[in-house]
Amino acid sequence: MAVGERERDPVTGQYTTGHDWNGIKELDNRVPRPILFFLIATALFSIVYWVLMPAWPIGVTYTKGLLGIDQRQTVEKAVEEAAAARRAAWAEDIAKLDFAEIRERPELMQIVRESGSTLFGDNCAVCHGLDGSGNPGFPSLADHAWLWGGDPEIVAETLRIGINSTHPETRFAQMPAFGRDGILDRPSISSIVSFIRNNAEGIEDLGPLDTKGVEEGARLFAENCAACHGEDGRGDPAMGVPNLMDDSWLTGSDRESLIRTISEGRQGHMPHWEDRLSELDRKILTLYVTEIINGKPEAER
Amino acid sequence: MIARLTIAERQIGLWLAGLVTLAGAALGIAGRNDVLGYHGLLITIFGAVVVVALLRNIDAPEPDESRLSEYYDDPIRFGIVLTMAWAVFGMFIGVWVSALLAWPELTFDAAWASFGRLRPAHTTGVIFGFGGNALIATSLHVVQRTSLARLPDQVSPWFVLLGYNLFCLLAVSGYFLGITQSKEYAEPEWYADIWLVIVWVVYFVLYIRTLARRKEPHIYVANWYYMAFILVVAVLHIVNNLAVPISLSSAKAYSLFSGVQDAMTQWWYGHNAVAFFLTAGFLGMMYYYLPKRAERPIYSYRISIISFWGITFFYMWAGSHHLHYTALPHWVQTLGMTFSIMLLVPSWASAGNALLTLNGAWHKVRDDATLRFMMVAAVFYGLSTFEGSFLAIRAVNSLSHYTDWTVGHVHAGALGWVAMITFGALYTLTPAMWKRERMYSNTLVEVHFWCAVIGTLIYVFAMWNSGIIQGLMWRTYNESGTLTYSFIESLVAMHPYYIARTVGGLFFLTGAVVGTYNIIMTIRHEPSLARHPAGKLAADGPLVAGE
Repeated sequence: MAVGERERDPVTGQYTTGHDWNGIKELDNRVPRPILFFLIATALFSIVYWVLMPAWPIGVTYTKGLLGIDQRQTVEKAVEEAAAARRAAWAEDIAKLDFAEIRERPELMQIVRESGSTLFGDNCAVCHGLDGSGNPGFPSLADHAWLWGGDPEIVAETLRIGINSTHPETRFAQMPAFGRDGILDRPSISSIVSFIRNNAEGIEDLGPLDTKGVEEGARLFAENCAACHGEDGRGDPAMGVPNLMDDSWLTGSDRESLIRTISEGRQGHMPHWEDRLSELDRKILTLYVTEIINGKPEAER
Repeated sequence: MIARLTIAERQIGLWLAGLVTLAGAALGIAGRNDVLGYHGLLITIFGAVVVVALLRNIDAPEPDESRLSEYYDDPIRFGIVLTMAWAVFGMFIGVWVSALLAWPELTFDAAWASFGRLRPAHTTGVIFGFGGNALIATSLHVVQRTSLARLPDQVSPWFVLLGYNLFCLLAVSGYFLGITQSKEYAEPEWYADIWLVIVWVVYFVLYIRTLARRKEPHIYVANWYYMAFILVVAVLHIVNNLAVPISLSSAKAYSLFSGVQDAMTQWWYGHNAVAFFLTAGFLGMMYYYLPKRAERPIYSYRISIISFWGITFFYMWAGSHHLHYTALPHWVQTLGMTFSIMLLVPSWASAGNALLTLNGAWHKVRDDATLRFMMVAAVFYGLSTFEGSFLAIRAVNSLSHYTDWTVGHVHAGALGWVAMITFGALYTLTPAMWKRERMYSNTLVEVHFWCAVIGTLIYVFAMWNSGIIQGLMWRTYNESGTLTYSFIESLVAMHPYYIARTVGGLFFLTGAVVGTYNIIMTIRHEPSLARHPAGKLAADGPLVAGE
């Protein structure tokens, strides 16, 4: 098509390129200046950036850039700074002082509150719950019942070695399977459950079955259970034996759960943290659990 | 459809389908002690179905010679239906996995229904099933119309379409069976990858042969983009999937690359899959259906040129921005970041070229939901390419990386750009392909449009909020030098946004279901156009408007 005959678009008055594909045409508009401007501007920015930063490979090495920035050094420096922050005076104090002394220092307890909450959330909450109130099979850390004792020294040791864990010094505890191993038959287990449910604190929903065989249950309890749980059924923290007469239950106080516990046994598991958390972090966590989660109403945590 | 193949073509088809059946049987026998056996069976059944379909029509008479003066559209029609089927499947799985993130128990107690297996079924279903079929169908339409040439034969388009869908089936069923090579968007194992290479080479040759037959002196822009899509995806696919099978009787293969080289190869692939599959291919779609529907000339041929070469050149370098602050050397990250920034200019030039093309047709945008789909797609294309370049800046990336912001960005592109331009194109293409005056219901197109827009906005805003909150929570330190928030607290903060995301996804899925219904009803009910020259190759001048 000769130049003189070039077609114009009736709407804009602009020339077309003369191409036509199944009815699609193209206008011959120039590339708008902003496009060229930004093409040049971004290219210039890139060139300047390449000069300043590590950018282009040359053989086995690369252009290092005038600013001398390298991400590996940046990371090393950041790690070093973070480590320095952890070497601050408060860290020394927490490492040096005993639990009672730390408790008396509000500024240290503030750090326990802050760091402990993150440590607890990242390491403990998945089993014990974000507020430490526990889950079936995972004890509440917020109530006053402790399997192994709730003194900070004891909690710190539990954190270090775990319970039924792979640590060589681990705490060990096991509830035998009286039913499965043929020590007690089903009616006997039922009687023991009746005895426990009749005597434990806070069980209001006694059903008709709970009144059957209570005396027989008391006798069987003395024979089979008292060796560990004690004559009064109040347990023994020295061996990690739970108190059966309080209102704190690890796996439920209903008949079915208790029958299952006695029949099939129980053996919980708490990992040891000696390899994963530093002594400082475990100390902070211990204080966070015993001072902030335990015994404080939820609003104060 | 089969009766329209020549007798010779039916015989070639039988041979090919027979070979596939035999190959499937061989794979099944070799892999009988492995999950590979199931895939051998699947391939055998697939091949056998094609064999049976061909045999049932083998005695049909030779088709009329007049077919050669018409375009060959049968595979395109089939491709449109497949596109919508994959859309509904892929988006349904998407809503499911998003709901799983809000309510983790919302699944079956079975391995196939776990998040890790459902999630690639979603991404493959929508990217390769929905997107890929849409690209194949529209590309075969566009290349014929803009070249004024019929496809060179009737076997290879079917081989491409059916072969490609066999690949998609192998991919998705493989995830449910637990088969994956764990490369994002390249999960299928070696045998499926080899099959896709064969299919893809045939696709490339088919496209070139059609272009070679063109009766137009120039090759239209849309074809540049489709060609870039086909060529580069072949290169990406082959390089990233180089792997050694542990044996020919096992589905498992190990990548040729390891460590940071593997990561770099994967994200060179991953980002260019976004670039050449989800961008270049769909730009080809936009360059044809948008001016066609608007009945306006492209705003500027020169912008088309500068954008095409800008996009194809810059994108190739940008992949390393997926690996900022990793073991990848700093200099590679610098290159990825700077090329991503330069990439913004041709991207916006393309979006601008599309929107300026609508000058003189804005009243149509107002009235016609189909054109509005394509207008909104161009806007989201501009938005997500800006966001992409922004997120590629290292400092920004340090906040956004590994957060839901990335997920939001991807979906702004996938829902807002890729899916919307596809729906616009399909609503233009479907009536043309079945010789209907218009879609079965324009009201339902309108309903689909608003479902899609509302769904996309809810989704994207939820993920922006969620991602930024997440990023800030992960980097907030308290005075004692420890992180202020535990990871689980950031999860708790995400929960409302995850619910919102599911709601957004449900809107989008609803729109796709409405669209599928509308397309089916258009195929089945609307009476045919009485116009006789429709589909005929015209010696000169345009074909029927609206195609």
